[in-house]
Order: sequence, then structure tokens, then C-alpha cells
Amino acid sequence: MATPTLPIEYKTATLERPSGDAVVFENVELAFERKVVLDGISFRLTHGETKAIFGVAGSGKSTILKLALGLLKPDSGRIVVLGEDITQMSEDQLFELRRRVGIVFQESALFDSLTVRENVAFRLLEEGKVPEDEIEERVREALSFVELEHTVDMLPSELSGGMRRRVAIARTIITHPEVLLYDSPTGGLDPVTSNTIIELVVKQRDVYKISSLLVTHRLQDAFTMGTHYFDRAENKMKPLPPHARTTVPMCFLILRDGHIIFDGDLKSLRDTKDEYIREYIS
Amino acid sequence: MELISPGDWVKQKVQSVQDYALLSVRSVVNLFTGPRYFADMTQQADLIGFGSLPIVLAACFFTGAALALNSATTLKRFGALTLIGQLVSIGIIRELGPVLAGLVVAGRNASGMASELGSMIVTEQIDAMRALGTDPTKKLVTPRVVATVIMLFFLTILGDFLGLIGGNVVSSVLLGLDSRSYWSSAWQTLVFSDVFMGLAKPVVFGFIVATIGCYYGLSTRGGTQGVGRATTEAVVAAMILIIAVDVFVTQFLMIALGV
Repeated sequence: MATPTLPIEYKTATLERPSGDAVVFENVELAFERKVVLDGISFRLTHGETKAIFGVAGSGKSTILKLALGLLKPDSGRIVVLGEDITQMSEDQLFELRRRVGIVFQESALFDSLTVRENVAFRLLEEGKVPEDEIEERVREALSFVELEHTVDMLPSELSGGMRRRVAIARTIITHPEVLLYDSPTGGLDPVTSNTIIELVVKQRDVYKISSLLVTHRLQDAFTMGTHYFDRAENKMKPLPPHARTTVPMCFLILRDGHIIFDGDLKSLRDTKDEYIREYIS
Repeated sequence: MELISPGDWVKQKVQSVQDYALLSVRSVVNLFTGPRYFADMTQQADLIGFGSLPIVLAACFFTGAALALNSATTLKRFGALTLIGQLVSIGIIRELGPVLAGLVVAGRNASGMASELGSMIVTEQIDAMRALGTDPTKKLVTPRVVATVIMLFFLTILGDFLGLIGGNVVSSVLLGLDSRSYWSSAWQTLVFSDVFMGLAKPVVFGFIVATIGCYYGLSTRGGTQGVGRATTEAVVAAMILIIAVDVFVTQFLMIALGV
């Protein structure tokens, strides 16, 4: 059977994906005090792919993101990010790697005493290598990506929850990272704002070919990502024709009691016979 | 409240001491490795130094006055009321000035640091800072330590002076002593070791206040309730440590200076 025709924008996105793995977890184990959170976790995130991580509260979803960024160290196992084994790296070595990996925290984690401009430019200001006019330009560019240029002089406390998430995305993408980690980016938001956030994630995936790990409780967000593409010409997310959905660089990972019980694409998820997963996605 | 075994309790305490020691060492080592945050140091110096100035001055002034009042009763019995300047001077400069300034700054600033950093922990701002390539101990801890040490040093000097003024007010207004002779005896009794001891202590106390405040802030667990707990614990620990360490520092300096 011939490969289904894809919309031009999406086809470009798929063809330009680099090969190889962006993130690899090999038999990772972690316990907090005596509670085992992750028990033998292994998975791969290939370049350009987005992997949605599901699981009930406390199943270790956010912990996986913190491990991938080196904010936590595993008790055992190996984590490779962009070809570097981060399990043996010191904090100073990790700072360099973190320039290539961005994270959007669950509650945005914006610095509340700094303006939106200072938050978005934080990394560039800290590095002190970029001229001020270039910083200003890049801040505008990042805020324009999330359509929040007008908030540049505001404080985080003056923004709504959805706007804070979008500023957090702008802060993350200002250095053009190769991997993005989203920790429940739509948690606690209304459906319209959630859709705006998901559209930004899809834009990152399809326009910039960013590899992403996305932790979410909202199945519909992940399914939207699996069934939509970002149309650059119209600057909005559009549904893919049903026959093209299988080629979306999107897969799903489900955690239960510290183990991975599912790791596959949308079709495998829909076809699964596992009772727990069927109940979870129903 | 969760009950833990004595063994685990001891392990937790040892772990805490180890973490505190590591943070303290890092706060000093950071001074010799870039980047250095001079703007943050200045901002903290303003918050800690100028913010604490009125209460330190008030506390030292009234303590100097009370010390003069209490000493007067004893000195009168021996007909040595003119020595009041010496007594106030030695008491304030060697002991009360540094300890009072340390306790006041601990009460005001260890709590502030613990609550500020604790709030940043529970809202993941510290993780965000690390994720954005900035070392929180360099950006947040070292500037606070440097600012507290420097500002407590100068606060103590000003506090000592106000303590002496307090003693002078009591001796001249209530006891009718000559002001010039008060200042003369207060000044002449001081030797190098007294002044050195009085100025070495605030450096140690400033370090304790800032590192304890930052340690409890960065160790915060458990949301807003945890922030409140960290704040209280930071103040209690800083105050107890200042009083306890004062004994050892005094003894050490006495031996070192041959007093």
C-alpha cells in the first residue's frame, strides 16, 4: 500500500527529522526513602519524536523529566541525553548540557520577582555573552512565538495561569533547545487555553523538529497531538486526515507502580488488549 | 506525625549536619569561582544591613542603658561609680554588641532567607534555576553569606557605639556623672584584644545566620506548611548556634590573644 499523502507542512517536518535517540533510559531505578518510584524503567525517545507519558498521580511521571534533566540522580541504571551519559556527570557538567534541553514546569516556575522580559532572558543574561540588543530581539521573538509580546514588562503575578505557561515555554525555547520536557503543561487550565498550549507544543514538534517528553493527565491533549499537525502557512494546528495519523512522530508511554506497561504509537494504544490501559484511556 | 526509629533519626541528623557543612563550604568556595553576583550582593546588603539598622541600634542602645543601670548598684557599694564607663564599654564591645546584633539579624534575616528560598523550592523556582544553567548556591547563597558577614560587622560597630551612648545617657542623666569622664574611662579601658574579639565575632555570627537561613530554606519540604516550619526552625537554630558558638569563639580568642 502506498504511503498516504501528507499535508506539505507536515511532510517537511517528518523528512527533516534527524536520526538517532535524543533520550535513552536504561533500567532506571529510583526510590525516595523506602518508597520505590521507578523500577527498571527503559525507553527511548528518538530525535524529532514526542512521547506523551501517562500514569496516575504519584506514578513517577514528573520524576522521569527531572531525571532526564539531571535534576535528580537515579539509584541505578543509565540515562543518556543527546548522546551523553548524564548519570555520571557533575552538576557543573550538567549546566552545559541543560543549554540543549529545556523544561516547562507544572506550575510554570517563573521567578516571581522578575518581569516577563527578565524571566524569558534569564539564561542569556546569566551567561552574559549575548549583547543586550540581541537579547531584546530574542525575547521578543520567543514571546511572539507564544503570542505574548505585550506582557514583556509585566510581572508573573499579573498573568493568568495559561499566560504563565506560555511565558514558561518562551523562556525554555529562547536558546533553541534540542529536547523539550513538558511537565503537565495543561494541568489546571480551561479547555481553550489547554488547546493553545498543545498547539504550541505541536508547533515545536512540527516546525522546529524538537524532541519532547510530555507528561500529562489529559488524554485528549495527547490524542490531539497524535491526530493534528501544525500548518505553518496558516499558523495554526489542523487535523490530519485519518490515513496520515500513523506517521505522526508521536508515541505514548504509560506508567503503573513504577513500571512501564505500555510504550507505543496511537494505533497500538487503541488496539491494546490490556484491561488496565483500556480502562485508563476509555 | 510519622514515627521513625532512633537509628533513622540519627541518620537524618547526621545527614543534615553533612548537608549543612557542604552548603557552608560551597558558599565560601563559590567566592573563588565565577560567576560572582555583585548586584545580588549589593541588593542583599541593602536588605540585610539597612533593613536591620534601626532594630540593632535600638536593641544596643537600651541594652547599654540597662547595663549601666544594673552596674551602678554594685559599683556604688564599692564607691567605684566612676568605673561605669569601663564596665559598659567592656561588656558591650566584647560581648553584648556582637551577640545582640547577631540575634537581631538572625531573627529578622534568617527567617527571611528561609522563607524566600523555601517558597522558591516549593514553587520549583530553584529547579528552574538549575534547569536554566544557574547554580543556586552561587546566585542565592553566596551573595547572602557575603552580605550578612559584611553588614553584621558594620552593624556591630554602630551597635557598640549606640550601646555606649545608652550607658552615657544613664550615667549622666540618672546618675549625675560627668559625661567626659564616662567616655574617657570607656575609651581608655579598651585594649586591642577587646576590640579584636568584638569585631571577630560578628563575622562568625553573620556566616551562621546566612548559612542557616539558606540551608533551612533550601531543605524545605512539604508546601507552604513546610515553608513556615523551615522559617521557624531557621530562626531557632541560628539563635541557639550564635549563643553556643559565642562561648567557643570567646574561649578560642582568649587563648589565641593570650587574654
